[in-house]
Amino acid sequence: MENNNNIPIDDLTEEFVVNIGPQHPSTHGVLRLQATLDGETIKDLLPVLGYIHRGIEKMTESLGYKQSIYLTSRMDYLSAHINNQACSLAIEKGMQIEVPERAKAIRIIMAELQRLTSHELWWGSCAMDLGAVTPFFLAFRDRERILDIFEGNTGNRLTMNYITPGGVMFDVLPNFASSIKELLVKVKEHLKEYEELITGNVIFQHRLKGVGILPRELAISMGCTGPVARASGISCDVRKYHPYDGYDKLDFKEIVIDGCDSWARYKVRMEEMKQSIHIIEQLIHNIPEGEFRAKVKGVIKLPVGEYYQRVETARGELGVYIVSDGGNKPYRMKFRAASFSNLGALKPITVGAKIGDLMASMATIDLVIPDIDR
Amino acid sequence: MIGFSDITKWIHDSLSSALSPGWVLASEFVLAGIAVILIVVVLVVVMIYMERKVAGFMQLRLGPHRVGPWGTMQVFADVFKLLLKESFAPNSVDKFLFNLAPILVLAVSFMALAPISWAPGLQLWDMNIGILYITAVSSIGVIGILMAGWSSNNKYSLLGAMRSGAQIVSYELSAGLSIVAVIAMCGSLSVHDIIMSQADGWWIFKGHLPILFAFIVYVIAGTAEVNRAPFDLAEAESELTAGYHTEYSGMQFGMFYLTEYINMVVIAMIGSTVFLGGWMPFHIYGFDAFNGVMDYIPSFVWFFGKIFMIIFFMMWFRWTFPRLRIDQLLKLEWKYLLPLSIVNVVIVAFITVMKWHF
Repeated sequence: MENNNNIPIDDLTEEFVVNIGPQHPSTHGVLRLQATLDGETIKDLLPVLGYIHRGIEKMTESLGYKQSIYLTSRMDYLSAHINNQACSLAIEKGMQIEVPERAKAIRIIMAELQRLTSHELWWGSCAMDLGAVTPFFLAFRDRERILDIFEGNTGNRLTMNYITPGGVMFDVLPNFASSIKELLVKVKEHLKEYEELITGNVIFQHRLKGVGILPRELAISMGCTGPVARASGISCDVRKYHPYDGYDKLDFKEIVIDGCDSWARYKVRMEEMKQSIHIIEQLIHNIPEGEFRAKVKGVIKLPVGEYYQRVETARGELGVYIVSDGGNKPYRMKFRAASFSNLGALKPITVGAKIGDLMASMATIDLVIPDIDR
Repeated sequence: MIGFSDITKWIHDSLSSALSPGWVLASEFVLAGIAVILIVVVLVVVMIYMERKVAGFMQLRLGPHRVGPWGTMQVFADVFKLLLKESFAPNSVDKFLFNLAPILVLAVSFMALAPISWAPGLQLWDMNIGILYITAVSSIGVIGILMAGWSSNNKYSLLGAMRSGAQIVSYELSAGLSIVAVIAMCGSLSVHDIIMSQADGWWIFKGHLPILFAFIVYVIAGTAEVNRAPFDLAEAESELTAGYHTEYSGMQFGMFYLTEYINMVVIAMIGSTVFLGGWMPFHIYGFDAFNGVMDYIPSFVWFFGKIFMIIFFMMWFRWTFPRLRIDQLLKLEWKYLLPLSIVNVVIVAFITVMKWHF
């Protein structure tokens, strides 16, 4: 013990491992983070996955194409409509089904409403991870109203299974347009409230600015997409680069902020909510008349080949890759989930930071655990 | 007006006629202790109900409204649930310290109530160093928190306890220095003297800017000292699940919960005694009719009104602000609040020495 004075101070402290999760308030699901801590500082971080792995990809191989769509709602449950849309688009590509204009418009409205609900929930839970409980309740006001619209039109609130190959499952209610118009007025008012309550808060800004810096190169090499990548200055909106269902005819901006930190990710999502409202407003006044679903055979058999469809979910790029051997079931169906790739960025951006920063980074990456595991 | 001194005198006389002086003192101690515990427990019950209602209305909810009229019995239902639950201790905890910690924390928070003056003539112990005693005693609580964190043998608990230790030790400095500002001006540490010095105006309304600044610092540091949001790092639900009391259950958890609220009461009581005149009614110099009306309101109503005003502020903070990070928390104290408080105390000392105060 006599040569204690020669040992650098770092060697005198003891690191210890803490399992954050699988049951933890701020992992929002069953994610386990094996964190090596030195006091409050994170030295190493190992995400451990698989606690909610349900084998969705394998299950699709024993189900038909239409049934597979029901499973996609269970992946990223906050983007259920968009997941259904991705799977339907991939099947339509194989079957070469022409989707009616009315169905396309309804799909986009539903997808953007879904993006809005997802971002609302993210806003509430992000503030809650940073210690403010009230925003969670405020965010649920609009989310509940949007879910009411989903429930009225599709019959379900969380796993809708509404978008099917060829169009949508049912036609929308007669009051669809008017109810959304009423809703959007409220949502816009509330967005201003959010800015006043949280965005302008000094503590909140200090907790996010310069925290969890994800440089552009790292974001690309980790395969980050969606708001996470766009906050690092990467233009990657699938709706712009590979438009589907008529996004090319709509006027909306892709939000790219070159801030790289948690604050930039926060700002991107706040602006995206406004863009979603803008998109819905363009369509809601003129939903085309006509069929809501094209005629599709009872049993879908995709021609032999490989089909890939990418869409922009609330979390980033979702890719659906189907390999067909010509049978009535997919030979292989693979999902490229956004949360899985975005999770990869968590370790490099949090090592060396404090525990509080880990929560801030995790909140702004906006992970949905069932999407990571599938 | 209710004469509290008459009641206490009557109790003393009737006890003296039946018992020897030593036993009178002993039984008076017990009676006074029971009285304080009862008052505080009632206060805490009211506060928990208030906290839930305040939180509810801030979050566009109703708060409790099913159990009893307007949900008033909800708190009792919760306390009974805690009483009926097993106080479970995990296998590898340090049993002695684990069981001692909640008792210590609770006992210490009750101790701080001794020199509080509730109304004219209703004070348990008017010691000449009352305020110093309160600030000294309220710092012992951190030992109990460290004990709980250490003995739980849980890493979250330990982290929470270390955070709590760093936080309370830091913020006690500014809280103490802001009280020193008033003590310097009124020239006494006795709670009674401090209240009497505000007969013609509360300290924050006397027009001294340093006192106003001290009050703001006191409210911030006081909120930090009771580990409440935005300074609730010791519990930090989203980071450390429940901090130092993660492993506690049943009434042992209930004791920590109770302590949090009693500490809030203590902080609010010191704040209202030192800055807002204790039980002194609000007077405006020269407005005799107005002052007469103010005098008609009982003094304990004034005292509890002031306490609940400060408590409401703390609740307002809690349900509005996000939590600070540990380094930001310590930076706020050591880089901003403490240097400013020291400068403030120097200014106050200068004013006092020059006899510019009134």
